[in-house]
Amino acid sequence: MSARTKRIEATRRARAFVILSTLLAAFLSYPALAANPTSEVNTTGLAVTDDTVTVGILHSVTGTMAISETGSVQAEKLAIKQINDMGGVLGRKIEVIQEDGASDWPTFAEKSKKLLVKDKVAAVFGCWTSASRKAVLPVFEQYDGMLYYPTFYEGLEQSPNVIYTGQEATQQIIAGIDWVVREKGAKTFYLLGSDYIWPRTSNKIARKHIEKLGLKVVGEEYYPLGHTQFNSVINKIKLRKPDVIYAIVVGGSNVAFYKQLKAAGIDLASDKWTLLTISVTEDEILGIGGENIEGAYAAMKYFQSLPNPNNQAFVKAFKEMWGDEIVIGDVTQAAYLGPWLWKAAVEKAGSFDIPKIREASPGIELETAPEGYVRIHENHHLWSKTRIGLAKEDGQYEVVYETDELMEPDPFPAGYQ
Amino acid sequence: MSSPTSRAFATRGEILAFATLAVLLLAVLPASMEIFRLNLFGKYLTYAFVAIGLVLCWGYGGILSLGQGVFFGLGGYCLAMFLKLEASDPEATKIQSTPGIPDFMDWNQLTELPWFWVPFESLGFALVAVVLVPTLFAGLIAFAMFKRRVGGVYFAIITQSIAAILTILIIGQQGLTGGVNGITDLRTLKGWDIRTDEAKLVLYYVNAFLLLGALVFCHWVLGTKFGRILVAMRTREDRVRFSGYDVASFKIFVFCLAAALSAIGGAMFTLQVGFMSPSFVGIVPSIEMVIFAAVGGRLSLLGAVYGTLLVNWAKTTFSETMPELWLLAMGGLFIAVVLFFPNGLAGLWQSFRQPLMHAIRRHAPAGSVVADAAPEGGTR
Repeated sequence: MSARTKRIEATRRARAFVILSTLLAAFLSYPALAANPTSEVNTTGLAVTDDTVTVGILHSVTGTMAISETGSVQAEKLAIKQINDMGGVLGRKIEVIQEDGASDWPTFAEKSKKLLVKDKVAAVFGCWTSASRKAVLPVFEQYDGMLYYPTFYEGLEQSPNVIYTGQEATQQIIAGIDWVVREKGAKTFYLLGSDYIWPRTSNKIARKHIEKLGLKVVGEEYYPLGHTQFNSVINKIKLRKPDVIYAIVVGGSNVAFYKQLKAAGIDLASDKWTLLTISVTEDEILGIGGENIEGAYAAMKYFQSLPNPNNQAFVKAFKEMWGDEIVIGDVTQAAYLGPWLWKAAVEKAGSFDIPKIREASPGIELETAPEGYVRIHENHHLWSKTRIGLAKEDGQYEVVYETDELMEPDPFPAGYQ
Repeated sequence: MSSPTSRAFATRGEILAFATLAVLLLAVLPASMEIFRLNLFGKYLTYAFVAIGLVLCWGYGGILSLGQGVFFGLGGYCLAMFLKLEASDPEATKIQSTPGIPDFMDWNQLTELPWFWVPFESLGFALVAVVLVPTLFAGLIAFAMFKRRVGGVYFAIITQSIAAILTILIIGQQGLTGGVNGITDLRTLKGWDIRTDEAKLVLYYVNAFLLLGALVFCHWVLGTKFGRILVAMRTREDRVRFSGYDVASFKIFVFCLAAALSAIGGAMFTLQVGFMSPSFVGIVPSIEMVIFAAVGGRLSLLGAVYGTLLVNWAKTTFSETMPELWLLAMGGLFIAVVLFFPNGLAGLWQSFRQPLMHAIRRHAPAGSVVADAAPEGGTR
């Protein structure tokens, strides 16, 4: 072979290499650009570019609710970071605009409108209390946004613009009461709670279920949010000696309630008393103190101590991002599901358009959920299991029971209204 | 500020200041921002009604009320009840156990409309109630207090406890009032959708005109003999009484007037924001409203409007740019106002403008401003 032919050969190889690598590059970027041009996956003018998509996070980071909602913010940011590390959604990195609801319902309404109208976010992860959700709901319905709402709540709602990643009331209550009747032979119940719609609706469902089972409610009482004097109800409880104290006290009142119970000699760890709550997660125990609530039972869908591999990986990642001291409660886990369920819906729909996500959402399942496995129901709530945890002194729950089957979400339970 | 002896309705400077505000509200703001921001400013302007009411009763009358949220809330609730009933027609609520009643009543197992809700099916009644209910309530409180010569800090504390009581009452009676969620999801006013952009624009203008009207009215009130008695009462109540005036009646009147203004603000709030909740009734919002007036300058009607706009605009802007730190920024703003500008924006304007004017006219040296500055009024 002459030197000339060698040169030609080399040039040809080089040319072939260039062509090949161009083709390869084109092929690699193909899924991001060619398959999903922004004009096709975003026909309604959301904040989606060729390589980013903007979402909103709307929780209280100031005010009385900040202590509860911070966990949700952390979980949502963790999920978004993990999704971005995997390549984002339809080849687009997620960018976050965070707004502060400031524990104030009108502020929630204002900020949600800002996120939807000005920022054109593709989805919002946020709200915690029912009041904040009720305040933003008309905004989401008017501007057709999509809200992923993490908190267990009273039900009686089913908006096309909300995916409820927490439990509605029956999913927490019915299996819990069945369990306590079966395991503890409970016959009498004393219902109490904070005075707003969630505890009232929940106790209404609990009462109907208890009476259906032919058992008895011996007392039902409500206290204003922030109430700290529970002596009178504790005296009544001591007098009537119910088999089960069914407590739905929320927020700061919990600290006073459990401390006063203990001080009054109601030792939850003894066989004499059984307390079942649906409002105390690991987050609340931080404030109450493990020694004050040791021995109480909680009905939730998630506890930090769940032994499955999904959860172990989740807890590890959460602590890596937010510090070792952190505890993870039921709502925090539900908030973590939000971005993942949204990603799955966008990918199933092949589009960021809200109507398409709405259509794609029912039936979406998440095998990697820390709580195990969840699936979105036609009614926009999640199928999930009910679990009973026993509070321990170190502030964690020990899971003592879980339902065999996923509980069907039923926001308008017939016969319980 | 008009000098007490001036007979004219307004000085040239006052007319100019008023015209500036009118141009700002009616032309500059609507032209310079999109409807979302304008709607926010519309919301801030509803608080301005409360602030100018406070200028009358606190700045001039010396009656510090820490419960103006009560009247703002009552006015707002009266209109919200009408709007909620309109939004709860049997067709829209057929999913409920009892269609045709507001959704929160259904959740609380009510099966028929409570008696006091029934008249609110009429818009006319609701509009009258917006003004009358809070005013009568204010009259009742004021009658009970001022006839017994309760005043000053005691009165402030009592208004505060009334705000707390009303909040607890509303939250506790959630079947009747919507509880802590408030009355939400208001849609139409006599079939006119209040949620559209056009409606927001119309409501903004209605609100701005009402506010300008209220300012003119309050200015007129302060210029009458009544206005001078107010100032006299604030400074030396006993002398006014010894001069033969029935001090209590004047106080009752000014307190009722402030309440009526707050109530109109509340009703406009409900229309523009689309819901009403107890979070506007309680102690915190009531004190916030006093802050609006204080920042603006409690002796200046126009200052109160600017103060309200500034504080709320700062609140929105700070919280959008630094969601985790914005409360500190707000706190800093309030401390700065109290420390450096005790007479608020209006005081700042006075001490800046007047030396300037004097310098231009080459009249008296800047020092003579002091004589025109606001008298240090106590709360009695």
